[in-house]
Amino acid sequence: MDVEIARTLDGALAYLASRPDAEPIAGGTDLMVEMNFGRHRPKAVVAIDRIDELRELLVAHGRVRMSAGVTYARMLREEIGSPAMRQAARTVGSPQIRNAGTIGGNLGTCSPAGDTLPVLAALDASVVLRSASGDRRVPFTQYMTGPKKTIRRHDELVVAVEWNDAGDAQVFMKAGTRNAMVIAVASLALVVDGRRSRVGIALGSSGPTIIRATEAERFGEGLMDETGWGRRRVPSDAALAELGSRVAAAARPIDDVRGTAAYRRHVLSVMARRAFARAVLLA
Amino acid sequence: MKLSLRLNGADRTADVAPHESLLTALRERFVLPGSKNACDQGECGSCSVLLDGELVCSCLVLAAAAEGREVRTAEGLTPDGGLHPVQRAFVEAGAVQCGFCTPGLIVAADALLRAEPEPTVAEIREALAGNICRCTGYGRIVDAVQRASKGIYE
Repeated sequence: MDVEIARTLDGALAYLASRPDAEPIAGGTDLMVEMNFGRHRPKAVVAIDRIDELRELLVAHGRVRMSAGVTYARMLREEIGSPAMRQAARTVGSPQIRNAGTIGGNLGTCSPAGDTLPVLAALDASVVLRSASGDRRVPFTQYMTGPKKTIRRHDELVVAVEWNDAGDAQVFMKAGTRNAMVIAVASLALVVDGRRSRVGIALGSSGPTIIRATEAERFGEGLMDETGWGRRRVPSDAALAELGSRVAAAARPIDDVRGTAAYRRHVLSVMARRAFARAVLLA
Repeated sequence: MKLSLRLNGADRTADVAPHESLLTALRERFVLPGSKNACDQGECGSCSVLLDGELVCSCLVLAAAAEGREVRTAEGLTPDGGLHPVQRAFVEAGAVQCGFCTPGLIVAADALLRAEPEPTVAEIREALAGNICRCTGYGRIVDAVQRASKGIYE
C-alpha cells in the first residue's frame, strides 16, 4: 500500500486522478477499522487531514458552509448554524472518535446510521464535490443512493456541505442501547423553519438511505399553518400522534442485530412526536 | 517505510508497515506497550494517546500518516517518567483493578482535566465514555479524576 500525505487540496485531487486505486483517509475512524480487521486494504491511501482548505467553517448571511475536514469535536465547540447538527455531533462515538472523525467522513462512508446525515437531509443541505476537473453541488438526498453508496466518483472528494440557516427550532434524536459509543437503532432530525414556512423531517437507520418523511413534513406544515408559525403552541396529542404515524409509515426498516423493523417504526413515531413538540417551543 | 515523529518529547524513527496503525507502531516498533490493544476499532479507548495534543484512539491512526506529528502516550505524561498526578490519584482512589484499561483512562482523564480543571461528575462520565473498564463500576475511576482535579491543573 502506498501512503501519500497531501498538503493541498489540488495535490490530493491530482493524486486521486492519477491513482484510480487510491482512497482518501481523514480521521480514520471508518477506514482503519476495515484495515485493522483485514476486511479491506486499499492499494493506496491519500491522507487529507492536513489540508487547511478542508478545515474552513463559514457561517454568514444565513448560509453555512462546513468543509469536509471539520471534526465532530469542532461542531460542539464552534458556531455551526444548526442546533440539530450540534446535537447529532454530540452523539457520535466518544471524545476520541469526535476528535478524529469528520463530516466528510460521515458523507464519504454514507452509512444509513451516519449520525449527521438525517440532519443534512432535514436541512435540505447540498454536498460539494470536487475533482481535478471542477466542482459539482448535489442535494444530499441525491448524493446518497444506498447503504454506503453515493454518486461520488473515485477521483472526487467531498470538500464541503452547505445549508441555509434554518433557525433554532431543530431537534436531533437517536435511539440506541446506551448514550455513548452507540450506532443508532433509529434516528430522526426535525427542522421547523419559520422563515421559509417549511418542516423538514429525515430518518436514519430506517431504510437503505436516509429517508425524508415528506407526508409527515406536509402534515407538520399544515399544523404550523393552523397554530401559527413562531407562536410556540404545541399541537394536540391527536395531531402529534398522526404526525408520528406518518413518520413511521415513511420508514423502510429491516430486522437486524440492532433492532426489529417493528421497534424501529415504534421508536420513530415516539421520537417524531417528541421532536415536533420540542421544536415548536424553540421557534 | 520510515516513520519519524515526536514521541513523548523525543524525535524517534522506526520502520513501519504501510497499513499498520499507530497503536501497532507504538507497541511493536517503539516498544511502548502502555497503549493497550483490545478492540482495534475505536470502541474501548485502551489505546488512547494524544496526537498533536488531541485525545484519539491510536488504533484508528494510520502510522504512516502520523509522519512528523507529536504523540504522547501514557508512558510520557511526566517528563521524568515519575507518577503523573492523575496516575497517583488512580492509585490512591483504588481505581485500578486488572489495570488493562488504566493507561487509556489516565490519558483521557489528563486530556479532560487540561480542558476543564474542575469537571462535574456528569462531565467526567461523558469525557470518559469512550474508555471501557470491564472490572470496576467506574465509581472509583470517577473518584480518582475528581481527586486529581483538586488543585492540580490550575
